[in-house]
Amino acid sequence: MQFVFLIYESPEAFASRKGEGKDSYTGAWRAYHKALVESGAYVAGDPLQVPETGTTVRIKEGKRGVQDGPYADTKEQLGGFTIVEFPSLDAALEWAARCPAASYGAVEVRPLAPDVKRRIVE
Amino acid sequence: MSQTSEEVARRAVEQVARESYGRLVAYLSVHTRDLAGAEDALSEALLKALTVWPRDGVPQNPEAWLLTTARHSLIDFFRHQRVVLDSEPDLLLFVENPAETALETTFQDERLKLLFVCAHPAIDPAMHTPLMLQTVLGLDAVRIAGAFLVSPKAMGQRLVRAKTKIRDGGIRFEVPERPELPQRLDAVLEAIYAGFGIGWDDMAGADERGRDLAQEAVWLARVLLHLMPAEPEVHGLLSLMLHCEARRPARRSQDGHFVPLSQQDPKLWSTPLLEEAEDHLAQASKFRRPGRFQLEAAIQSVHAERARTGRIEWPAIAAFYEQLIRTSPTLGRRTAYAAVVAEANGAEKGLAVLDSIDQDAVSAYQPYWAVRAHLLQLLGKGIEAQQAYDRAIGLAEDPAIREFLLKKRG
Repeated sequence: MQFVFLIYESPEAFASRKGEGKDSYTGAWRAYHKALVESGAYVAGDPLQVPETGTTVRIKEGKRGVQDGPYADTKEQLGGFTIVEFPSLDAALEWAARCPAASYGAVEVRPLAPDVKRRIVE
Repeated sequence: MSQTSEEVARRAVEQVARESYGRLVAYLSVHTRDLAGAEDALSEALLKALTVWPRDGVPQNPEAWLLTTARHSLIDFFRHQRVVLDSEPDLLLFVENPAETALETTFQDERLKLLFVCAHPAIDPAMHTPLMLQTVLGLDAVRIAGAFLVSPKAMGQRLVRAKTKIRDGGIRFEVPERPELPQRLDAVLEAIYAGFGIGWDDMAGADERGRDLAQEAVWLARVLLHLMPAEPEVHGLLSLMLHCEARRPARRSQDGHFVPLSQQDPKLWSTPLLEEAEDHLAQASKFRRPGRFQLEAAIQSVHAERARTGRIEWPAIAAFYEQLIRTSPTLGRRTAYAAVVAEANGAEKGLAVLDSIDQDAVSAYQPYWAVRAHLLQLLGKGIEAQQAYDRAIGLAEDPAIREFLLKKRG
């Protein structure tokens, strides 16, 4: 079963990206990524640019609306995603808890929806 | 300023819920075997207390009041459902006996039966601890789910399933007799210790709501000891947990950094808790029936000696681990043994112990990689050590441990 880890990060965590990667948060991520890949559960994933680089589009009552920034204005912002494969949600939660972002932000675990994809990608 | 009657009543409800929850659930379910029904009846009674007590005052015997009220709602439930009552005649007696006032002031403590039911071999072992935490201590599913890293919905469903099995699966509310007893008691002890272990790992201090799971487990062991004072392994379990609890203030530095056991300042250990732990170990040894928990407590006791002697008797600890491994060579014990052997006989010997463990079993076992990294570093094998550190860091969940390992990795 495939899940996505939606990585929510604090402004401090985003700020750590400006350094040379020698900070402990980035170090922890490096080790976590390696362990996840070695476990065989890793499928795909990428960090996202900082939230301010987002542009949100929506059409409401026929009118286009474009907004600078992310969809939701909250302290913790989506900072990346990792797609993983596990036999159960329990196993996925175990690895989500090990994710460095879980200690400083939050990690949402969501199952992918391949059946919905099949309806779209014919 | 004097307290309002509402505050007084609320406090009284909280206190009786805290102290009597398990006793009441056990008593209410021992004949019906219906744990969910007993819990529902009790929470209804607690709710009612919150409205009645501020108005009429807190009753003389709050526990008896709750019992009577809960029992009435159980009777209503039975009448309403027209449930075919179990053939046991005492069930009828239980629900319909009106002359019970005398009984209720000193009602039978049935928690021991409840503990054995929660850790019954027919129940999934993974559910033993959650069931105890809920039925004996009254913890809610959300809190239990968090500790066990399971979604609250899934934990709720698993608890319901386990209770249904207890009600409908012919699981008897009884204290097993010999020769079955040692094995069944072991399951109860294991379940309590599992709760303690989770609370212990969780000690980063995230859980500020009430007491943490480790303290709940100590409470459960005290209940068990009160009910089974002549079982040395119960003393052993309590001793083991108290030893660990005694060191709680020393496990983190003032600025929140992880401090390994051998580097802790013994002056920060709690003397009263250590003394109590030693006392239980001494009481256990009088029975001359050694067991797993007594051995583990003995290991902790050797560590505690450092407060007096200033040094750790590693060979003594190694000998205790050898005994433990002979009865059951778990991954945790073998990993800990490797660390102890390294201290007693050098890193090379410790590494050899690690190498003898099946590699498939350790791939996601964090302590193995932390010990391995440490020993490789001692042996000057820099690159291999770094790789092992990476693995240990990647598998760590506690940010303080992660920081500690990152620093050591360099």
